[in-house]
Amino acid sequence: MASSNSLMDSLFQRSLEDLIKGLRLGESTFISKSLEEIRREIKLTDLSTKSVALQKLSYLAALHGVDMTWAAFHAVEVVSSSRFAHKRIGYHAIAQSFSDQTPVLLLITNQLRKDLNSSNEYEVSLALECLARIGTDDLARDLTSEVFTLLGSSKALVRKKAIGVVLRVFDKYPDAVKVCFKRLVENLESSDPQLLSAVVGVFCELTAKDPRSYLPLAPEFYKILVDSRNNWVLIKVLKIFAKLASIEPRLAKKVADPVCEHMRKQNVGKSLLFECIRTVFSSLSDQEVPLKLAVVKIREFLMDDDPNLKYLGLHALSIVAPKHLWAVLENKEAVVKAMSDEDPNVKREALHLLMAMVNEDNVTEISRILMNYALKSDPLFCNEIIGSILVACSRDSYEIIVDFDWYLSLLSEMARVPNCQRGKEIEHQLIDIGTRVKDARLELVRVSRALLIDPALLGNQYLHPILSAAAWASGEYVEFSKAPYEIAEALLQPRTCLLPHSIRAIYIHSAFKVLVFSLGVYFSAQEPTSSSLVQESTSSGSSAVNGFTCDSISSLVSMIELGLCSLSGTIDVEVQERAKNILGFIGIIKHEIAEKATSQDSETEVHRAIAFMEDVFSEELGPVSSTAQEKVPLPEGLELNENLEGLQEICREVLEPMAESDYSSDKVSFSVAKLRIRDQEEASSSSSPPLESSSLLAEHRKRHGLYYLSSQKSDDHKDRDGNDNNTSNEYPPANEISVDSFKSKKKLSKPRPVVVKLDEGDEPKTKPDASSSNDERLSRAIQTALMGKGKGKEKERVKENHEINLDTENIEQSSRREKKKKKNGERSSKRSSRRQKDKEASVTKPVEVPDLLL
Amino acid sequence: MIKAVMMMNTQGKPRLAKFYDFLPVEKQQELIRGVFSVLSSRPENVSNFLEIDSLFGPDSRLVYKHYATLYFVLVFDGSENELAMLDLIQVLVETLDKCFSNVCELDIVFNYSKMHTVLDEIVFGGQVLETRSDEIMKAVEEISKLEAASNSISLVPKSVSGWRGGR
Repeated sequence: MASSNSLMDSLFQRSLEDLIKGLRLGESTFISKSLEEIRREIKLTDLSTKSVALQKLSYLAALHGVDMTWAAFHAVEVVSSSRFAHKRIGYHAIAQSFSDQTPVLLLITNQLRKDLNSSNEYEVSLALECLARIGTDDLARDLTSEVFTLLGSSKALVRKKAIGVVLRVFDKYPDAVKVCFKRLVENLESSDPQLLSAVVGVFCELTAKDPRSYLPLAPEFYKILVDSRNNWVLIKVLKIFAKLASIEPRLAKKVADPVCEHMRKQNVGKSLLFECIRTVFSSLSDQEVPLKLAVVKIREFLMDDDPNLKYLGLHALSIVAPKHLWAVLENKEAVVKAMSDEDPNVKREALHLLMAMVNEDNVTEISRILMNYALKSDPLFCNEIIGSILVACSRDSYEIIVDFDWYLSLLSEMARVPNCQRGKEIEHQLIDIGTRVKDARLELVRVSRALLIDPALLGNQYLHPILSAAAWASGEYVEFSKAPYEIAEALLQPRTCLLPHSIRAIYIHSAFKVLVFSLGVYFSAQEPTSSSLVQESTSSGSSAVNGFTCDSISSLVSMIELGLCSLSGTIDVEVQERAKNILGFIGIIKHEIAEKATSQDSETEVHRAIAFMEDVFSEELGPVSSTAQEKVPLPEGLELNENLEGLQEICREVLEPMAESDYSSDKVSFSVAKLRIRDQEEASSSSSPPLESSSLLAEHRKRHGLYYLSSQKSDDHKDRDGNDNNTSNEYPPANEISVDSFKSKKKLSKPRPVVVKLDEGDEPKTKPDASSSNDERLSRAIQTALMGKGKGKEKERVKENHEINLDTENIEQSSRREKKKKKNGERSSKRSSRRQKDKEASVTKPVEVPDLLL
Repeated sequence: MIKAVMMMNTQGKPRLAKFYDFLPVEKQQELIRGVFSVLSSRPENVSNFLEIDSLFGPDSRLVYKHYATLYFVLVFDGSENELAMLDLIQVLVETLDKCFSNVCELDIVFNYSKMHTVLDEIVFGGQVLETRSDEIMKAVEEISKLEAASNSISLVPKSVSGWRGGR
């Protein structure tokens, strides 16, 4: 019954071809129906049916993303068939779907072994391919001896594939080196170019991971470089030498000649020529002759109409650009021409090269050219251009910028490019320049004003970060502005409702700073003894504020009040709070403005309040390095690891009423915030000056000073967003770590304005990667194998103590031979000297380049 | 090392996809789609290379060639020469041409198994094995003969297409 069932099934089984035809008919459920069929068919015992089902499944998996890992065991079954067709299907499925996680992986070990030992070379091929693609440590270990046998096979096809599989075997099971390495190296002397190609291909991969271990083989590679006529082989050998020469400069000298030979040949293939050029540029760039020749040849690439050659030419130039800029400069026209090529790759490479050419003198010119291109280009490339200008100009704290005024106007120009999406970087740079470069602040304020006033910019969401920076700068450096009223007006214009709340909050806070500044100027102008602030503002070299009249100041105040009234009811708490803060402050001082003429008393509450506010904003904010946190010294007696339960006690009274809040910031800052809110309410309701609330805070700090983490302020400063910086400044600094401890010595230079740099640099440190242990084992195994390479008739599998004995023997032998050589002054044959040198190498250092090549 | 070989038509339907590093099937489909979206936006008469670090990881390049309705795609890393890879696509197409005489997309669609046979003789475990199309053809023909021979052993015909051996 069962057999007739399967007969029926197999008679009507859909083949792969039927499956494909069915798929093309386009039925949506066809795949799921077929899958059901496959699941049924694949469980049958008849191997033919099973294999067709597996074949269909592989097809669906590869082209339609159907999962086939469940069929792993069936693949093992199919592969055990004696029929070649089944084996093919089985191995194909295995190679495609097996991974390290496949549970039945080890079941194929014996089958693989059988097939590797088969007399049919195509069965052997199938097994080798499978091993090469899915080989694991266990498989590699178990099948090493079979691979070793096949490395000596007389059939070229098998040998080639065995060589190919060695790469995987070495990678997974480094001890295989002891067994197979010698045969692998022997193939380097083969005359069959295909075999040679396979071997050097394997060595190319090996060398890429660990060049040092393969230095002793340099003579063999050199021979191939000189003798071979096959492009594939030569390309791989060149790649090997590129790696070797970069760690062993003496090799570079030796290899230079053959490379030049190849480059000079008449009908050299473009691929080989390109590889020669690339090798010269990356590893032989210290050798004059090859370098000059390569530059000549690359010019041909650049001038060619074929877009591939143009692209590759530019790409090669970018390799050599860091060390030999003259090569790029020679081809400047080609690079500029390439900027308007229709191929995006070519354009991108040209852009990189242009940026490599940029320096102090030509930065304005090149930026001008690039901005023109940006305006004409598609959005993607436009942003790439802008991005690369930003990166190049800000490198090393704006090293190449001499004229910051020009650079700031360039930044604002970028903001106005229609496709610009680099708002965040521009924002960062605007603020960065503001904090670092004192002399540029005037221009910064001018630029910011232009950006703020323009209502059209508010609609573009990509520009919001830039506007936020402009607002912050206008507030922070308001003393440089000519018309604070204008700025305040721009900051509070109705269209700012288009901004996100966080940026709106910055706008409002900057308006507050403008207000405080203006009030300070106004009130100090009426005093006989001019306040320090006025002196500051006039001495900072700005054509600053003319005195405020009573009318102008009251109109400023009322304008601000009007602008903020509507905001005191917004949903966003940040905006609402700030609006209310300012309105509260205005409430305090409003009545005094009109009375200014009469009152000579400089000690009125209002005066005190204003002077106090000015103090809050008077300290300069500077740049903070990313390592600042680590440099903060722990104050005496502060135990950071101690249980902070005691803190809970203090905060509970504060926390309870606001139990529902979602604040995630740490408790200390939270409690300070809460106190602030309370104090603010007190201030607005009872009209007592903020001075009292500050004393409350000071008392709190005295009582619980231990728990005020010193990191508070530097954290705030790191935050580029204007918010946190200034909220902590509204009251006298609770934590007395000043910004000064983070400023470095200022760099004094010629007419170029001073840019504040930080000692530690501003980049976060990156951790180095851990190398895998298998790689190390492989390196050691290779080095051991190469030390034992020149032993002639020794067996491949040497025991360790045997090796040690031989080593000591070698030491004596080599020293004797060396003396003999010196006496005779003649060179032994190439082969034996090579062997001797290897021994010497093994004795003196772990790896050394044979003298043959020096 | 070659990381992947793909053939897809101008609508994005994959006709052949082989990945030389193990990837789960969803990831494979994702990569195929990703490659197609990049290729379909390429203008004509531009270079045949692409940097696709975002899809295949660092140090990945892609070379593609557009023949009629098909894209032939090779993904490789820094151990391969770009122009040589372009040549390899040429070798592949020439061999297919010899195999099917004036190969077209339909040939590739209906000869899934043979396609892989051809490819497996050119690229072995991610490395270039053979670049002469005659040698490749020799091996492919041998394999097809073996398959046909092994299939004709059966006493009962399994299905009609089974007779046609390694098609």
